[in-house]
Amino acid sequence: MLDRSFGGATLGNDAGGHLAANRISAEQCRENFKDLQPPLDSNQARVAAERCLFCYDAPCVTACPTSIDIPLFIRQIAGGQPVAAARAILDANVMGAMCARVCPTENLCEGACVRETAESQAVEIGRLQRFATDAAFASGRQFYRAGPPTGRHVAVVGAGPAGLACAHALARAGHQVTIYEARDKGGGLNEYGIAAYKTNDDIAQRELAYILDVGGIHMEYGKTLGRDFTLASLQAGHDAVFLGLGLGDTNGLGLGEPPEGVVDAVDFIATLRQATDKTAVPVGNNVLVIGGGMTAIDAATQAKLLGAECVTIVYRRAKTAMPASQYEQAVAQVRGVLIRENLMPAAIESRDGMVSGVTFEPTRSDGGRLIGTGERVTLAADHVLTAIGQVLRGTDLAGSGLALEKGRIAVDAERRTSLPGVWAGGDCVAGGSDLTVAAVEDGKKAAASIIAALAAMAAVAPLRAGA
Amino acid sequence: MTDLRTSFAGIRSPNPFWLASAPPTDKAYNVVRAFKAGWGGVVWKTLGEDPPIVNVSGPRYGAIHGADRRVIGFNNIELITDRPLDVNLREIKELKRDWPGRAIVVSLMVPCEEKNWAAIIKRVEETDADGIELNFGCPHGMSERGMGAAVGQVPGYIEMVTRWCKAHSRMPVIVKLTPNVASILPPAEACLRGGADAVSLINTVNALMGVDIDLMAPWPHLDGLGTHGGMCGSVVKPIALNMVAAIARHPATSALPVSGIGGIEKWRDAAEFMALGARNIQVCTAAMLYGFKIVEEMIAGLSEWMDQKGYARVDDFVGKAAPRMTEWQHLNLDYVVKARIDQDLCIKCGRCHIGCEDTSHQAITSMKDGRRHFEVIEEECVGCNLCALVCPVENCITMVPLQEGEIDRRTGLKVGGHRTWLEHPNNPLAVDPKPAKYAGD
Repeated sequence: MLDRSFGGATLGNDAGGHLAANRISAEQCRENFKDLQPPLDSNQARVAAERCLFCYDAPCVTACPTSIDIPLFIRQIAGGQPVAAARAILDANVMGAMCARVCPTENLCEGACVRETAESQAVEIGRLQRFATDAAFASGRQFYRAGPPTGRHVAVVGAGPAGLACAHALARAGHQVTIYEARDKGGGLNEYGIAAYKTNDDIAQRELAYILDVGGIHMEYGKTLGRDFTLASLQAGHDAVFLGLGLGDTNGLGLGEPPEGVVDAVDFIATLRQATDKTAVPVGNNVLVIGGGMTAIDAATQAKLLGAECVTIVYRRAKTAMPASQYEQAVAQVRGVLIRENLMPAAIESRDGMVSGVTFEPTRSDGGRLIGTGERVTLAADHVLTAIGQVLRGTDLAGSGLALEKGRIAVDAERRTSLPGVWAGGDCVAGGSDLTVAAVEDGKKAAASIIAALAAMAAVAPLRAGA
Repeated sequence: MTDLRTSFAGIRSPNPFWLASAPPTDKAYNVVRAFKAGWGGVVWKTLGEDPPIVNVSGPRYGAIHGADRRVIGFNNIELITDRPLDVNLREIKELKRDWPGRAIVVSLMVPCEEKNWAAIIKRVEETDADGIELNFGCPHGMSERGMGAAVGQVPGYIEMVTRWCKAHSRMPVIVKLTPNVASILPPAEACLRGGADAVSLINTVNALMGVDIDLMAPWPHLDGLGTHGGMCGSVVKPIALNMVAAIARHPATSALPVSGIGGIEKWRDAAEFMALGARNIQVCTAAMLYGFKIVEEMIAGLSEWMDQKGYARVDDFVGKAAPRMTEWQHLNLDYVVKARIDQDLCIKCGRCHIGCEDTSHQAITSMKDGRRHFEVIEEECVGCNLCALVCPVENCITMVPLQEGEIDRRTGLKVGGHRTWLEHPNNPLAVDPKPAKYAGD
């Protein structure tokens, strides 16, 4: 049980390790959790904006899942009209403020920027988008209003990016919308699932408020599908249903009942986001984060920022195969997080009911197939965060008859499910990229399809009684 | 090793880089710093008669910025020196004594009376300055009082005042010209008739830098009102080059020494002015934007380039480009170029395509075989250069001449020959029209 890559010593300090709050001072906490990328001031924004070449049929627009007219909004910033720029952004993506902060831009717009090709230095599209949307929110301007009432009523399940984008578009078209949200706050993963240093100034709630301010959207908080209502009841009571459930469950390690100290990374992130005092959130001194996606990065980085001495992300495949982008990996690494690759969890070690480490089996990839070498390596830990994927919650759709594909809801190009009158989008549907921006696009596409369907229905079907 | 020493209208300086008459040369403190930095000479900020003029105590300058907030156009409403004449003359005398190897020329502007000019020249001569420059250029403020550009816009006045100055001075007389005229040639010829030893150009261009659309007033403004100023900086360089070239290639004025001024920021700008015939150059705006140290780049850059080209002295290349400046009617209409896009350098921004597609000749593709691809359609390309200019990558788009005998795919005709408009059959006034070399093939 030797960790050979560390000269035979097990990594980290397992003596005296324990979960503890207040590892850092309040002042240090403010410093650690300030904006990952600080906002641009107006001169910085102008200089950054003037780097944009205003490409024809711009590759950045093509690379944006919501097709924001990036050259146009950047030109508007250069022209000194950031609020007008924000409108260009929000017209295409009503969650442009959050996307500016959380999009993996290096894989999307900025990755496609021709100045990346030319100079390995893309135009700072994400930061410019934040500059514009910040300006719009600060101005108090509301660009959108609910359309004249159509008398139609649509149910949206889940107040995450997909549901909100869908609801917003439906409301603008004059349809009455009720959003059923299981939690007591909206925003979905924007509120619960993203690192705090990307979402400062309560941006998720401010964006939610901006979206709901359009009018015509009624929120039902604390209402869970499968518990408080069924899909069938929604169908019966509404002209259309949109499912933006997200993924309510997480994968377990499958290594038996975990001892104390093994925590779901999603819960850790949510706890931290909801904490009024982050220093009060307990964290180990020697933290292992198992997984390779954004959740792993956000959990590991924040554990480090909370004062854990040693934080290691352990991924079962090679680093290059990690779903988290290189930029995100670097965010973790420069804050002192170690990333270890090709190690697959084999057993959780515990002492007196408390986790003491994880034993891994080294792996190699054989044509994409992961092969264990049969060896064992144990890494000591007093806190283990598991981030090995989220899945649809079984109870959500039990008995609904919805067709699934690879464990998620099957949809067509218009985001129609197998059930008539039911659309779906966001992380809960098959084929998605698990990005906020992609969820927004799903919501937009579904709303367009619902609007068309309701318009067609208007010609033949009477309004629902009492609507 | 190159020799940058120049003799301009008999005034010697260790290099051709002088500071123009302007705020940087208003007093000894600045000029000493300039000499320490390496400037070959200065034209002292324009002296006038006592009592000194009064400047505004608000914004004297305005600017237009390019990308990255660099100033590309600069504007001023400052007047001539606002210091007493005695103070300026004393400092000039001291500086000439302390820096005998550097050129010190004194810019002057007094009312258009011979006695006024005679009086101030007499006092300047006592300083041992190397020469005088007659400020017939400033387009704002002083021109309202019948001086500056008000003189420079009337060739008769230029000639008259120049003649007075020559008559009353042993010093070389340089006349600084305003670009705010329909043609620079009548003023230049007037200088010659008046006996000027040299001209310097250009002074600033009449300009209004902007409008404050909140206040609904010109920008900049002073207490709510604005006035036009004189613009300089990079943006005026093309205006200056055209005027320098006009003087250099006009038979009546080509022998007149020219000091080139206007938007010179780096050695190459200076070399361009000199290639058109300027024997030295003067700088103001770039020094105001970046400080005096810029002269180091100018000296080193010009020396290096002269070394590379085998020019031992400045005179070896002065004026070499001037003969190739001509009128449109002498251009060869049978010469054909086509744009060519280097696909390895192309970053696929599409700017060449959209410029050509929307505004020109629809001669660049945007797609090929379903892929984003920008390529010149030779059948449509007129060789206009737009694509090469908008392309953000240097040398990605080049203009390639078709060789003698090649087919121009736009016209279907063989390329070759040499016909100007004066010889072209389409010109109803052509005396002896020439057919195309390959017509009838």
